[in-house]
Amino acid sequence: MKKEEVPQQGGLTAGCREVNYAVDEDGNYTLESSVGWEAKNIALRQAWEVIVAQLRAELAEIKAGRRSPLGYHMVKNQMDPGLLAQYSGVARWRVKRHLKPAVFAKLNTAALTPYAELFGISVAQLQQVPENPDLSLAELDQSEGDNS
Amino acid sequence: MKLDFPHRQFAHCESGVTANLLNFHGLPCSEALAFGLGSGLFFAYVPFVKLNFLPLTTFRGAPGSIFKKATKRLGIEVKTQKFGNPAAAEQELDRLLEAGRPVGAQTGVFWLPYFPPAYRFHFNGHNLVVIGKEGDDYLISDPIFEETVRCSVADLRKARFAKGALAPKGKIYYIEKLPEQFDFPTATKAAITDVCRVMLKTPVPLAGVRGIRLLARQLVKWPAKMGEEKTIAHLGHIIRMQEEIGTGGGGFRFIYAAFLQEAAELLDNDKLADLSNRCTEVGDLWREFALIASRVCKGRAAVQDSFDDLAGFLQQCAAQEEALFTDLQQAIKY
Repeated sequence: MKKEEVPQQGGLTAGCREVNYAVDEDGNYTLESSVGWEAKNIALRQAWEVIVAQLRAELAEIKAGRRSPLGYHMVKNQMDPGLLAQYSGVARWRVKRHLKPAVFAKLNTAALTPYAELFGISVAQLQQVPENPDLSLAELDQSEGDNS
Repeated sequence: MKLDFPHRQFAHCESGVTANLLNFHGLPCSEALAFGLGSGLFFAYVPFVKLNFLPLTTFRGAPGSIFKKATKRLGIEVKTQKFGNPAAAEQELDRLLEAGRPVGAQTGVFWLPYFPPAYRFHFNGHNLVVIGKEGDDYLISDPIFEETVRCSVADLRKARFAKGALAPKGKIYYIEKLPEQFDFPTATKAAITDVCRVMLKTPVPLAGVRGIRLLARQLVKWPAKMGEEKTIAHLGHIIRMQEEIGTGGGGFRFIYAAFLQEAAELLDNDKLADLSNRCTEVGDLWREFALIASRVCKGRAAVQDSFDDLAGFLQQCAAQEEALFTDLQQAIKY
């Protein structure tokens, strides 16, 4: 990559700049600052769109009474029952049980605390889910038009 | 307290940490040199190991190997520790900081609050240097950021004890003692030989040039095998592994080309300068692959046709890398 080819296509980096290696006029390597590259922005956006789609599916399941709110928070934190079990210290088979709405509804605060602490939210927040996925990735929407 | 640690921004976390630590201890070192001496360049496609539920594709060696190999080849004494217990891990970190030592740590990106939200995935191979502590915050030199950053004690604890693939287990590492003299030429040759070996002669078909060819063969089958949605997720994942913050572009091929340029001077060997140019060309080819792959992801290209093209690109990368590392091996034999 030549120095003048270092891409400057802003995307999801919240204003952070990163270093790219590029060759200058004399053929020597230099470190060049870049605000982003289209190909990466597309790939990154696509990875988040997968997560948003998963969250929508979770919300639909929760509404239909087939899934507990824990499912939403688990996916929001990019976890599956196995990873959630490792992080929370709750056995995997119990995590899976807690994903059932009837079981989850009966859990007391002590049983919910490991999850709430891990996700950095209160127990009350853990028992609720929003109407729409709340990823707080404002840039995901803002940069929608930039790459098209 | 805060150590007087010269923070420099680099492309990649571990080679940046290694270069910055060496620099602190009085050995001026570029990131490219740290990366090259640590034999950072690699390729592996490991479909049965998952990262964010997608097959592991890596363009670099295992986390920790760059620091370990680079320091070993230079005869530097280092210490590495892992912990079962977060409290003990914190105590030891604080003790080292008090003693005036900057400490490298392996962490999970997901838990680091100073990362842009869009980059916070479960990736546990991220390296940084802890350079101080003020109240409830650790002060951190994270080489992929422009400035030093802060991270609360609680957040760093979560990051150091991240779970899942590549779990860091509180791993820290630091430099204990530098030797009187450094033998750069010998270290450079050993490091280059190592990279050529893993790229050309690995016994498993998943790694090196064979790994690239395996990926090429498998990738063509993705659309028929798993449908469009999953195919695109898989493809996007490769682009991210290749280009996202940390590789310097072209899946580390550009950093390695920069290293070969430095090596040409260290060994006074013009052949290495030519090989550096060829390494840049391979990096450009990988970039082209990523660009076309991203257009497939975006839905601008017909899927099956483009997968034949993409596989063709990978085959070309494999062929060029095979020739490059074969010649590189020859170039340092004298």
